[in-house]
Amino acid sequence: MHEMALCQSVISIIEEAARCRTFSRVASITLEIGVFGHVDPEAMLFCFDAISRGTISEGARLIVERVPGAGWCPDCRKTVVLTERFAPCAICGQHNVQMTSGDELRVRDMEVE
Amino acid sequence: MCTVCGCGTDTIEGQSAIPGHDHDHHHHDHDHHHHDHDGPPVTRGRLDTGSGIAGVRIPGLSQERIVRIERDILSKNDGYAQANRVRIARAGCFALNFVSSPGSGKTTLLCRTIEALKDRFPIVVIEGDQQTSNDAERIRQTGVRAVQINTGKGCHLDAHMVGHALDALPLEPGGLVFIENVGNLVCPAAFDLGEAHKVVVLSVTEGEDKPLKYPEMFAASELMLLNKSDLLPHLDFDVSACMAAALRVNPRLQILPISARTGEGLAAFTAWIEARAAVCRVPA
Repeated sequence: MHEMALCQSVISIIEEAARCRTFSRVASITLEIGVFGHVDPEAMLFCFDAISRGTISEGARLIVERVPGAGWCPDCRKTVVLTERFAPCAICGQHNVQMTSGDELRVRDMEVE
Repeated sequence: MCTVCGCGTDTIEGQSAIPGHDHDHHHHDHDHHHHDHDGPPVTRGRLDTGSGIAGVRIPGLSQERIVRIERDILSKNDGYAQANRVRIARAGCFALNFVSSPGSGKTTLLCRTIEALKDRFPIVVIEGDQQTSNDAERIRQTGVRAVQINTGKGCHLDAHMVGHALDALPLEPGGLVFIENVGNLVCPAAFDLGEAHKVVVLSVTEGEDKPLKYPEMFAASELMLLNKSDLLPHLDFDVSACMAAALRVNPRLQILPISARTGEGLAAFTAWIEARAAVCRVPA
């Protein structure tokens, strides 16, 4: 359950932001999680609820946006859709695709009061 | 400037952003779904829409505002990991992070590797387990310094824990730092500890499709040690299928069959370590 540790990191990122900007409550937080990321969004929601209690994020809504997989195929010189990590290029079938998105694990923004 | 959110301080494409305040106030280039806002604060029966944090009221706008963060969730861990990496490099050391499922033979493999290398390298070991210091005890019996980290309920080592463990260990120039992570093929993949490489240990008593079932770990590793190779004659384990699965999730993965019990493949592994450690010792 490393989602618990990840949620703890989300909370500390929020608390750091609260120290340098003035807000007292967080209404919602938007995370970007790539489809290949080693994170289960459902587990994030569950852990966040538990771990945010007693913090300025208590009661905040956690919004998880999935980032689709994409990669650069050097043979086709194109960005192609990736359905799995290290999948072959959907156009030429070669296994040279370098993943450019799908691995994200980011706090994008939050709505505060 | 918009005093609610601070937007409009810049003039964009020759327009002053603020007059009329006609922007959508979402500051996003995507559709956003956050419209079940709480109302303005109600104190002792008085509803004051201007008493929010911004202290102003603009018709049609709530006191809520968007704060852009754009930070990786693991940025804190990665900061500690980078500090560890700098510290290890300044000491002229080379660190490996050993990851695997429980029972793959990591500790036995480490003991054997230490026996083979300890006359040529100063070696220190950081052991991660949820409970007990059994593994650190086993390592110390080889004559090298070891620190045990007990993660309690935690399923992985993080870079902050490793930083504290490094405080307790002498880092000598030209030395090796072996970190044995908590036995778990999932979570340790995400946490950089400041090592040069992750080494994933897979034993042949496990399924040959493990790399496909736990791709993150095999994707994050530089080297896969296929341990307990002495048992292969007694098993139906398909080595080539396992290697094909591993290379599918990580085409750059190097693979060495090894037996911590008989010592088969150990020379190839110690040569791999020596070659990479030598590169680390070249002054920057």
